[in-house]
Amino acid sequence: MKSYKALNLGKLRYLAIVVGSEEAYQTSKVIELLQWLEAIGVKHVCLYDMEGVLKRSKEAILEKMSNTTVFQEADENDKLLDQKHMMLEFVSFSDGKEAVAKAANLLFAKYLTSNNSSEDQEGEIFTEPHMTEALRAVGSGGPEPDLLLVYGPARCHQGFPAWRIRYTEIVHMGSLKSMRYGSLIKAIYKFTMVRQNYGK
Amino acid sequence: MRKFIFRILSVGTIPNHIAFIMDGNRRYAKKHNLWADDAAGHKAGFLALTSMLKYCYELGIKCVSIYAFSIDNFKRRPNEVQYVMDLMLEKIQGLLKEESIVQKYGARVYFRGNMTLLTEPIRVAAEKAMVATANNTGMMLFICVAYTSTDEIVHAIQESCNNKWVGIQEANGSIAWNQAIGDEEYQLEEKAIIKLRDIEKHMYMGVAPDPDILIRTSGECRLSNFQLWQTTYCLLYSPAVLWPEIGLRHLVRAVLDFQRHRSYLEKKKKQA
Repeated sequence: MKSYKALNLGKLRYLAIVVGSEEAYQTSKVIELLQWLEAIGVKHVCLYDMEGVLKRSKEAILEKMSNTTVFQEADENDKLLDQKHMMLEFVSFSDGKEAVAKAANLLFAKYLTSNNSSEDQEGEIFTEPHMTEALRAVGSGGPEPDLLLVYGPARCHQGFPAWRIRYTEIVHMGSLKSMRYGSLIKAIYKFTMVRQNYGK
Repeated sequence: MRKFIFRILSVGTIPNHIAFIMDGNRRYAKKHNLWADDAAGHKAGFLALTSMLKYCYELGIKCVSIYAFSIDNFKRRPNEVQYVMDLMLEKIQGLLKEESIVQKYGARVYFRGNMTLLTEPIRVAAEKAMVATANNTGMMLFICVAYTSTDEIVHAIQESCNNKWVGIQEANGSIAWNQAIGDEEYQLEEKAIIKLRDIEKHMYMGVAPDPDILIRTSGECRLSNFQLWQTTYCLLYSPAVLWPEIGLRHLVRAVLDFQRHRSYLEKKKKQA
């Protein structure tokens, strides 16, 4: 453990936790995990389970965590700078594909408007930055996690919003029931040692 | 020996679709001090690919997809990009030969990605290969070139919008449209015109089943913008081995892992 003391969390701006929905009911385990993360110094955590069990447990979780706020798009800039608070985001399957369909309709509305004018705007409407903007507009525009820890039987991201996991390191931690602090530290430490080329 | 192993594996469920991120060619070249730097690494990588395709065919895997070239890879040194493009052209043209692995296994080849980003010779060769193998009923082989998931999603949305627009214009001219305008239910549906199924229909990988296993070599744990949409229930496997060194044992391990978790993943699929 001593060698992990010099944990450089600079690279870990955003951490996501994926929990199997059956295990997500173990609210006390989730809270314990968050408390570990808080102790380690992780400031921004996204909690995901397919069915939204964690979303429904939001109040119970926030009650037990002092110094924690919920991620809101609007105050993204303010809160990200606030080092005292841990910021939590709650995400489920509906923030993935369904959100993309909603965002698609925003782009379609723009497309219909442009078709009524004489300019050819297609190339300017259907771009990745516009998609990111549209996802934000429909309420599913959170940041891309640097690291995603999967607590469950299998290493599988279970539908975490596709738009947000392009280069996310995905690590399998085993079941939530048998989670260990040492494994968590080790996973974060290993992450800080990874070097990505981003395709180059 | 291999037949024996495959027979044992076949007692359990064989995955339908295995996806590969072939990472580690350049590291392999460096490790072995290969004289032609990265080029030789990519050549070795191609040999590894032909072995893996052979094993997948023998095991009865119906569909294989490979991340041959990402849109991000265009950012590499121009020399390397050119080399990979030349190698790709050579190999695609090779697919048309009788003795090629594709013909041997009766595989149907699909090139998927933003093909407009590729040069004409490659586009033409790819088209030829797809036509030549269109009637093959063996394994489906998806070669993802100039591909990223985010580009795939945006492209699918654009296609969906174009199609809907055409549909609206056609309906405009018909009597049914004029009657429908008064119909309140139709107007409500108007509000959510693009449906999820429209988008999925237009995804580059739309004709493939979702991958059951995704193998990325070199111990890297990320998807790098590959099939992000399709891997909701996919088992991610990251052996430390470099791609040119991948062997039968890695495939066997991945399939065993898949079989071990199959009932859990099936249950999750049903719950969705």
